Amino acid sequence: MEKKIRILIGKPGLDGHDRGAKVIAAALRDAGFEVIYTGLHQLSESIVEAAIQEDVDIIGLSILSGAHMTIFPKILDLLKQKNAEHIIVIGGGIIPEEDIKKLLKMGVKRIFTPGAPTNEIVYYIKSIIH
Amino acid sequence: MTNLQNLLKADKITIARAITQVENGTDPKLLEEIFPHTGNAYYIGITGPPGAGKSSLVNAIVPKLLENNKKVGIIAVDPTSPFSGGALLGDRIRMNDLALNENVFIRSMATRGSLGGLASKTKDVALVLDAAGMDYIVIETVGVGQVELDIAQVCDTTVVVLVPESGDAIQAMKAGILEVADILVVNKGDRSGADRLILEMKFAFELRAHNTDWHNPILKTTAIENIGIDELVSTIKSHKEHLEKSGKLEIERKNKLTLRVNELIEERIKSHLHEYVIDQKQLKKMIDKAYERKITPQYIIDEIAKKIF
Ligand code: B12
Ligand SMILES: Nc1nc2c(ncn2[C@@H]2O[C@H](COP(=O)(O)OP(=O)(O)O)[C@@H](O)[C@H]2O)c(=O)[nH]1
Ligand SMILES: [Mg+2]
Repeated sequence: MEKKIRILIGKPGLDGHDRGAKVIAAALRDAGFEVIYTGLHQLSESIVEAAIQEDVDIIGLSILSGAHMTIFPKILDLLKQKNAEHIIVIGGGIIPEEDIKKLLKMGVKRIFTPGAPTNEIVYYIKSIIH
Repeated sequence: MTNLQNLLKADKITIARAITQVENGTDPKLLEEIFPHTGNAYYIGITGPPGAGKSSLVNAIVPKLLENNKKVGIIAVDPTSPFSGGALLGDRIRMNDLALNENVFIRSMATRGSLGGLASKTKDVALVLDAAGMDYIVIETVGVGQVELDIAQVCDTTVVVLVPESGDAIQAMKAGILEVADILVVNKGDRSGADRLILEMKFAFELRAHNTDWHNPILKTTAIENIGIDELVSTIKSHKEHLEKSGKLEIERKNKLTLRVNELIEERIKSHLHEYVIDQKQLKKMIDKAYERKITPQYIIDEIAKKIF
């Protein structure tokens, strides 16, 4: 049996924009992935803890609140502290180009912005896991 | 290979990896290794129709199970989409209060094509949590129709959750429910119709032949307001005590082990048959003949059976 790709979709912080996260979660399910959605208003600590217990391959964060420059580094840092750096971090949302560059340098694997076609996202995830 | 010592110490990364191994069947030795360390946890099943409030109830009862420094493992099973093979596992949304508790381990599982409400591997995943020292293992599954029988085969106490809205669905489920529910919960007690449903279920239970000394309690809860939760937890605990004192826990666990072993024997025999006994080429030839009505299916079966018996 082909290994199932498991991914956690997280909405960290006080960001109430959950449309994108839900669209992505549904698209990934339809692509055959097992998607764990933890809901709105998550602490970074909860997201990392859930990702560990669920043994996901990827954490995908959806951030449209402008808090990406604090949340992404925090998640990366927590993963390091918990010896879970094997979990890949990607994301999407309202994130300016110059911030994306900085985030990629810190270790975020990829960031998608509004308009990114979901089939491209699916294709990308398959390409980094297999 | 998974480090048994770390598993027994309940290291969360190790538990999580071991569960993945068991789910994917990639480390057959693992279950052998852990089995001697299992049998200590008490298994509670929570089943019922989608949206009944099962996850919300788990979120409400687990803090009470954690009292006196106990550990709780939760397995939340959701269906795999038959079309894509993917799954959206959303039970954690309702279990936020538990997410950061040191003594809780939550794992979401997709059914991956198993027909019962329970993923075929759920039983083995529960063994991992058992070996990791969980005092209670709570298994949430969607139950519709007869499949909740599946969960009762794993759990010591099975709680069936219904809501006033379940109405018609309940009629179809009744036989199954009465069969497996050690405790019946009518959740969403804040909605109208809850009391009527309780009454209905009481009648249904009364009609059933009583050959047990456990009179299946029917409780009303409002999970999101924490109402009726103390009573639910104390009822679960008294069912546990009842099973322990009457000696039924041992009898039932032996029955479950027997069932499990029989299941595994059948699986083993089946795969052996298909791999070694039945010559697929020869079978194909015979099927061609049967298609042309030159031989009968019964003849084919007899030919194959000759090799086995
Ligand atoms: C709809 C919307 C709302 C709705 C949200 C409804 C909901 N439940 O989601 C409502 C009306 C509630 C709302 C409220 C607010 N909003 Co608003 N909202 C929008 C709007 C118009 C569209 C967002 C959307 O749903 N897009 C559709 C989805 C599918 O796209 P998406 O989320 O971007 O996702 C795509 C990609 O980004 C990517 N992606 C996203 N997440 C992920 C995750 C992963 C893992 C991956 C791989 C990919 C990925 O893939 C998706 C598909 O392409 C945007 C403007 C815009 N054009 O984006 C503003 C916007 C996001 N909102 C904004 C603001 C300011 C607010 C408010 C603060 C307004 C206010 N002052 O009250 C509030 C805050 C609400 C809150 N509690 O957080 C600003 C944010 C500015 C910023 N970050 O600097 C925006 C950009 C508008 C603007 N130009 O000012 N909003
Ligand atoms: N009114 C009311 N809503 C509830 C109650 N318990 C759960 N819910 C809501 O019912 C919905 C489904 O709950 P969930 O726990 O996910 O159900 P599950 O599918 O059985 O696990 C959620 O929106 C809950 O907030 C309750 O006691 N009363
Ligand atoms: Mg649920």
